[in-house]
Amino acid sequence: MSKLVSKIPEGPLADKWNNHKNSVKLVNPANKARLEIIVVGTGLAGSSAAATLAELGYNVKAFCFQDSPRRAHSVAAQGGINAAKNYKNDGDSVFRLFNDIIKGGDYRSREANVYRAAEVSNQTIDQMVAAGVPFAREYSGYLDNRSFGGVQVSRTFYARGQTGQQCLLGAYSSLIRQIAKGKVTMYSRRDMIDLVLVEGRARGIITRNLVTGEIERHSAHAVVLASGGYGTIYYLSTLAVGSNATAAWAAHKKGALFSNPSFVQIHPTSIPQLNDYQAKLTLMSESLRNDGRIWVPKEKGDKRHPSEISEDERDYYLERRYPAFGNLVPRDVASRAAKERCDAGYGVGETGLSVYLDFSRAIEKQGKGAIENKYGNLFEMYKKITGINPYNEPMRIYPAGHYTMGGLWVDYNLMTTIPGLFAIGESNFSDHGANRLGAGSLMQCSGDGYFILPVTIGDYLADEIRTPRIPTDLPEFEKAEKDVVEKIQSLMAVNGTQTVTSFHKRLGRIMWDLCGMVRNEDGLKEALNQIAGLKEEFWKDVKIPGTVGELNQELEKAVKVADFFELGRLMCRDALERKESCGAHFREESQTPDGEAQRIDSEYSYVAAWEYQGEGKDHTLHKEELTFKDARIQKRSYK
Amino acid sequence: MSSFLNASVGRKFLVSISGLFLIMFLAVHLTVNLFLIAGQEAYNLAAHFMATNPAIKVMEPLLAAGFLLHIAYSAFITFTNQGTRPQKYAMVDQRETSSWPSRNMFVLGFLILLFLVLHLSNFWYNMKFGEMTYIVYGGEEVQDAYSLVTGKFVIWWYALIYVAGAVFLGLHLVHGFASAFQTLGLSNHLWYRRLTVAGYIYAVIVAGGFALIPLWFLVGNLAG
Amino acid sequence: MDIKLKIWRQKGPKNQGNFVDYNLTGVSKDMSFLEMIDYLNKKLIENGDEPVAYEHDCREGICGSCALYINGRPHGPGDLVTTCELRMTKFTDGDTIVIEPWRARSFPVIKDLIADRFAFDKIMEAGGFIPVNTGSAPEANSIPVPKEASDEAFDAAACIGCGACVAACKNSSAMLFVAAKVSHLALLPQGKSESGKRARAMIAKMDELGFGSCTNTGACEAECPKGISLAHIARLNREYLKEGFRS
Repeated sequence: MSKLVSKIPEGPLADKWNNHKNSVKLVNPANKARLEIIVVGTGLAGSSAAATLAELGYNVKAFCFQDSPRRAHSVAAQGGINAAKNYKNDGDSVFRLFNDIIKGGDYRSREANVYRAAEVSNQTIDQMVAAGVPFAREYSGYLDNRSFGGVQVSRTFYARGQTGQQCLLGAYSSLIRQIAKGKVTMYSRRDMIDLVLVEGRARGIITRNLVTGEIERHSAHAVVLASGGYGTIYYLSTLAVGSNATAAWAAHKKGALFSNPSFVQIHPTSIPQLNDYQAKLTLMSESLRNDGRIWVPKEKGDKRHPSEISEDERDYYLERRYPAFGNLVPRDVASRAAKERCDAGYGVGETGLSVYLDFSRAIEKQGKGAIENKYGNLFEMYKKITGINPYNEPMRIYPAGHYTMGGLWVDYNLMTTIPGLFAIGESNFSDHGANRLGAGSLMQCSGDGYFILPVTIGDYLADEIRTPRIPTDLPEFEKAEKDVVEKIQSLMAVNGTQTVTSFHKRLGRIMWDLCGMVRNEDGLKEALNQIAGLKEEFWKDVKIPGTVGELNQELEKAVKVADFFELGRLMCRDALERKESCGAHFREESQTPDGEAQRIDSEYSYVAAWEYQGEGKDHTLHKEELTFKDARIQKRSYK
Repeated sequence: MSSFLNASVGRKFLVSISGLFLIMFLAVHLTVNLFLIAGQEAYNLAAHFMATNPAIKVMEPLLAAGFLLHIAYSAFITFTNQGTRPQKYAMVDQRETSSWPSRNMFVLGFLILLFLVLHLSNFWYNMKFGEMTYIVYGGEEVQDAYSLVTGKFVIWWYALIYVAGAVFLGLHLVHGFASAFQTLGLSNHLWYRRLTVAGYIYAVIVAGGFALIPLWFLVGNLAG
Repeated sequence: MDIKLKIWRQKGPKNQGNFVDYNLTGVSKDMSFLEMIDYLNKKLIENGDEPVAYEHDCREGICGSCALYINGRPHGPGDLVTTCELRMTKFTDGDTIVIEPWRARSFPVIKDLIADRFAFDKIMEAGGFIPVNTGSAPEANSIPVPKEASDEAFDAAACIGCGACVAACKNSSAMLFVAAKVSHLALLPQGKSESGKRARAMIAKMDELGFGSCTNTGACEAECPKGISLAHIARLNREYLKEGFRS
């Protein structure tokens, strides 16, 4: 178990980060100017990290697959960003935020990391405001907060329905400033396809230039992955279509352990699938559940128009099952409950795969104007997509894959098991345990990028100051490049008959049905079989038109989907291994008599960290035991 | 200051400042012209006042400079803008997104310039350098500009050219008025709408006023 | 329904492009516009042809990647939508749809319907930021910002950098893009002090990169999927002129 040294500092929880900052090694400015760092991904975590590292004096090379760093998928976060400012004087504190995240994550995350994330959240808000992020304000001119995601305090900062874009633009503007100064070299339209290790340390990456098709080598003293989550493995998800796992998976295959891959958050309120060609699912903000009531008909297969179904013919199943929280139960609970009703045949819409989210009572009580003020833009968006006016008719919603809590295993310094390889933001596993709370993602990404990594990476780089610039003609680079070229050629060489997307859709379906909201042993084993078969078929029959040496979007997709087969397998393995239900991971075998999740702390209070053993071989499991000294362990109940 | 004028916004500043100056000139010009309708003596005295007033003497070269500046910089901006889209769109649909005058300011400006050449050679040149008849009002000898002007407006095609010139000018003003303020930064969400409305009203007054005069004499001649 | 498509195809940045006609049958009203193109691409690939390259990512109107010029309008018919938010309900059976990339000297076409909007990042580099280093920020509530200013700053900051303003403008001007950034930062006390210099620098860069100058036609505002107002251009002009007379 020597693989997993979490390096949690000594001392009381509240002092750990300060103690650590006081004891990490520092790199003097002259030496920083000699060191190079690669940052892969320019979302909120990547942009803020690249900018901050450059401000410190390091030479940064930043990479993104989009045409501009500003388009990374952090841009799509709607609701907000949490911080423990306690501006509302409602009893909030760093400890309470910490405790809420730990509880929300169902006690499957590391205390010290979570506490630190809560601690730096306040600095993040200061930083963003200084950088010009136009958070909502009260008439007094001071910052406004709202409550979010079923917590009892108002600690969420927001910028209308596009907090993510505003936060990202703040970080992007800092990044662009450093690009102008020459401290960051920006490589856009690049896919990272492999990681290069020299003497066991991360020293560079291999990228494909998406415009020319050229395979390129880039070297540095350390590599930071900020490449996001892998929710697109479900094909249909709330993620950007281009989001992928390739960078993280390449790191994993080179030795970085992958943690809790099966912990995937399914968001309960997305617009249901409308047709077979649909490429993504559009999220409707969770805030809708503050006033919307969720129901299905009491009668199975009732296909009448919702207006014809009278009050006593409706089953408000969340209010029925969870009288205390009602429609405001956490995301995982709401998602599973919707699935349960639809699977039992009560779902509505043509496909029977949706439930109603009804505002009629809220409109009756508060007036149309009040509802319009709160949700006007969301109602508009819904109407634009479905053609249905939610003021007159209930919305139809269904859960969708949203956020991956799992990711590369990192220690307290955010370093993976490969020396010199760091993972930040959604690409690591660290803070959200088995389930993420609303408005926690922007908080973690920015904390990692602005305040944590820039400190902890120094501890590693302090020992690298004598290492000269890494040449890219080392045999390790040559070998890595050759492997990438071969992988791409073998994909092109298949020259079969089916499109990449058709395979991706089928894989997504398997993952959604068997390793989605509800899992069981038979289903997961079946999934493993089906994935193996599909992977084989893919490598025999996929069709990639065009050539390697040009902009080739089908090839880009193929590289990503090829990795998803392997990742999908590991997700199922992980879900099989964890025979408890916790957070978003619901094993049918582990539930209470009334159908609620049954966590088993005595056996599963650990972080699963999987080690790659080579093509076709089974991963080995390492466990990082979790101990809780400060968080108050409770049973998650919303009854 | 030179870098200020080298940039697009600086050049547009000159176009809009000169444009606003010309807009003011139009008001004065129209006021004087409307004396034509009041009769020969009224107009001739007004024209005489304008021709001899020292303030107007000072303004005349300034006005010429304003015209030149407006024309030169507009032309320069238009020609630089020409090169910004080497590959044209196969299909463009701007019916709903912008007004026709706003997209054709240069064309309108060019037509107005052609009109201006004719106009200056007819009246301004003759009054300054041509053979004019004189009338004595209250002991003072005054040019009979009235006869010169009305002599032209009774020719139908002449009158129609003047009406067309007024319409081009009106269309130019429909966009130019609010646009000038916008370029100077003297506008916001609310004021842009107000200025646009004011621009329409002003354009209608100017174009209507200038078109009324030749039509007045043409119709009067035909009827009388 | 059946649709006739006329799509710009261009092999690479240096190649000549041309329009290719496609007859697409079996299009569903449920599809988004981009799903319709995905459907076309599936058919093309299965027939051994190359699919149409186009940019897209979030598919919910916020990342600014999608950028198609449809029937003579950026992002197609309808107001306040990006291409990915455009639905096939806007079209009827038998329609001909002409699809082109954004066209401007500063947005060179890379392939088919992909125009490179790299120039926007270059304009941003000239000054589209508040020069604050991480760590030096004061407590967030130490500087109150009037709600009206903050709301208006947000209206400007809603720009997603899609480039529809440039595509719509007869002069290929990037004024609305520049104005959105300058106005957003000028309205906040945090960004106010630099705002004249920022305006000067970003305008100079815009000119240098070959964008045209603004003639206030208002087409950009009408086509902007986020409804950015021309009022921000007035503020940009104001900031620019103030700085001009100061220096």
